[in-house]
Amino acid sequence: MIAGTQARGATPRLHVVTGKGGTGKTTLAVALALSLADEGRRVLVCEVEGRQGVSRLLGTEALPYEEVDLAEGAGGGQVVGLAVEPRAALVDYLDTFHGGVLGGRGGRASTVLDRAGAVEFIADVAPGLRDVLLVGKVYEAVRRTTTGRSDGGTPVYDAVVLDAPPTGRITRFLGIGDELAQLAAGGPIAARAASVAALLRSEQTAVHLVCLPEELPVTETLEAAAELRAADLPLGSVVVNRVLSAAAGDDDGGTPASVRAALLRGLGSARDGAQDGAQPGQDDVEALVTDLLTQNRVRAGRVGEQRRWLEAARAAGRPVRELPDLPGGVDLDGLYRLADDLAATPLPTPGDVPTSAGGVA
Amino acid sequence: MSTAWDVDALLDDPSVEVIVCAGSGGVGKTTTAAAIALRAAERGRRVAVLTVDPARRLAQALGTDGTPGDAADDAAEAGAEAGADEGDAPGPDEPRGVPGVDTRRGGSLDALVLDARRTLDGLVDAALPPARAAQVKANPVYVSLATSFSGTQEYMAMERLGQLRAGRDTAAGWDLVVVDTPPSRSALDFLDAPTRLASFLDGRFARLLMAPVRFAGSARTSTGLRAAGGRVVGALAGGVAAVMDRVLGGRLLRDVQALVEGLDEVFGGFRERAEVTSAALRDGRTAFVVVTAPEAEPLAEAVFLTERLRSAQLRPAAVVVNRAARAATGLDAATARQAAEALRTGTTGGAARGGKTSAAAEKAARVLDLQVELLERVERERRLVAERLADSGAPTALVPALDGDVADLDGLRAVGDALGRNR
Repeated sequence: MIAGTQARGATPRLHVVTGKGGTGKTTLAVALALSLADEGRRVLVCEVEGRQGVSRLLGTEALPYEEVDLAEGAGGGQVVGLAVEPRAALVDYLDTFHGGVLGGRGGRASTVLDRAGAVEFIADVAPGLRDVLLVGKVYEAVRRTTTGRSDGGTPVYDAVVLDAPPTGRITRFLGIGDELAQLAAGGPIAARAASVAALLRSEQTAVHLVCLPEELPVTETLEAAAELRAADLPLGSVVVNRVLSAAAGDDDGGTPASVRAALLRGLGSARDGAQDGAQPGQDDVEALVTDLLTQNRVRAGRVGEQRRWLEAARAAGRPVRELPDLPGGVDLDGLYRLADDLAATPLPTPGDVPTSAGGVA
Repeated sequence: MSTAWDVDALLDDPSVEVIVCAGSGGVGKTTTAAAIALRAAERGRRVAVLTVDPARRLAQALGTDGTPGDAADDAAEAGAEAGADEGDAPGPDEPRGVPGVDTRRGGSLDALVLDARRTLDGLVDAALPPARAAQVKANPVYVSLATSFSGTQEYMAMERLGQLRAGRDTAAGWDLVVVDTPPSRSALDFLDAPTRLASFLDGRFARLLMAPVRFAGSARTSTGLRAAGGRVVGALAGGVAAVMDRVLGGRLLRDVQALVEGLDEVFGGFRERAEVTSAALRDGRTAFVVVTAPEAEPLAEAVFLTERLRSAQLRPAAVVVNRAARAATGLDAATARQAAEALRTGTTGGAARGGKTSAAAEKAARVLDLQVELLERVERERRLVAERLADSGAPTALVPALDGDVADLDGLRAVGDALGRNR
């Protein structure tokens, strides 16, 4: 438990969730959105990679390029989903800001560019631009207010959770301003990138890094943390996913011989109770007990290995938050379990300082 | 449930020249590729394995962890003449023999790590005179393209595959190339990348950009589009140039135009090779192995990928499900639960009788709890895999989780053995 998590600093409105592929980025993003909705907030969860991870996880229809209600929170909040798609985001952007660029003579800017194949070029190929379009849409959702103006009214969303690209690409993805300042110097897209960058670097944003307690994910997380920090992007927490519960260890008491004897006793009594089928021979039971003890030792070894990588993850200089491994997998029950966990102990944000080792729930 | 995969039949088939391991990130694709390559080499094939971003200990096992770049940096820092060491040892992106491979059956194993930037630089250097190559490489759009364009790694993996296949007639004499694919936004990027590069260079828009330059040789100057002035607007009819200018800023357009022009020559040769490679991917010489994990999302990705492969007339040889849970055999969950319960309540008879549970009994009960948990995992995964892969039509192989990280050749052999035992 981290003391004063909610008291200190501003509460971020944009949670960016990144991590190495396969570590549970989408799972965390959705669980986080559900936990915020349980506090009565209206939350938008965005995906930007065309993977449809959110709908797969929730077992809903594929998300379109429009905001759809996904779930209701216990506290009256709501989770809304959006799959941002670069082509649609470009047309959206052009129509909003450059609709009249041709003075009415040549039709809509987006139509003109689409006919020339330029929309495809910009959205799919031109490096960096794709990213500014994707993040630009998220930026718009964060800033959108009930009055439609940025300087008045209340925000439409209390929080936005972005299921972002993996750690390998995240700094480039979020650091769009710098690259575009070079590439598209002076153009309005560069100006747009600058406002997006300002939001991303403000205290309204928290970038959370998800990893597993294993070599590659932790190494990538440390690299990404260093890159993000160098790019002035505000780091939230390091979330270590799928942490196994501890196995019975050697120091839990009982000599190996006494534990073996207890197992034989326990198995014997359970089998006496079951009256069906032939009783296995004594050799078979001995072999089974050996297998069970080996299996337990292997698990204890894995747990120990996980602890070492968890410690290593602290080198990121951010609070480390553990999420339990779910033996039943991440089905809806599992998701709500993680959401409850996150609601009980909210994720550390950039305003929180890392506590000493072992001080985090 | 689909049939079990016979990996050795595939590895021993001399007509199979390329094995591509594809799948979403974090499922052990690189390990699977390395294990397949090692098994093939030790069964007598002459193998090159192209890995992408291997874990450090796996890279060490393959002998691809050295970074000559670092050595050169150190030398420069020490005040030695920069570049003195260049060209001595091959870099990690050049094939190197893997130490410790059993070559008694006449096989061999070389390994390399993909370095997309160096591969692309190499293509540019080979195709253009030094001055123009330097110009292309200094173009801001090139730098961005080389490092962040979502297809560059995939292209360069394809290009490298083509180069390795060409190595079959050389001294190295590889007769099998095993390719690990980049961790992509989606597992399909490897297949889609060539189309995307084509759309970059051959698309309507790139052609429009090139048009004024081709009409007017004099416009082929460093000032690019601006020098071509009116002609550009003429070519980009309907005010496209004006819109692009207003929205993107003129400089980007100039840079892109200069780059498209510069790369056109570079990729002329690439396109030919890519076509040859692409054709080879489509006939019986190439087998695709889809790698996945026993969880909902990777399995969904695997099914999607096998379907995509089929619709592209490519052959999914197998789906490998990595990191499958396992549990001790001969003890079902109900009995284990009962035994743990008996130990905890002290109803087992013998020493623990009398109420207070001994430390040994509690520990034994936890050992049994673990068996229950593992059986639940095995059961859930089996159901999930059967349900998801039922209609995949590809043979499957379940690789149980090993007792630790795969960090040496023995670990890779164990994975290979698990694949071989699958039948």
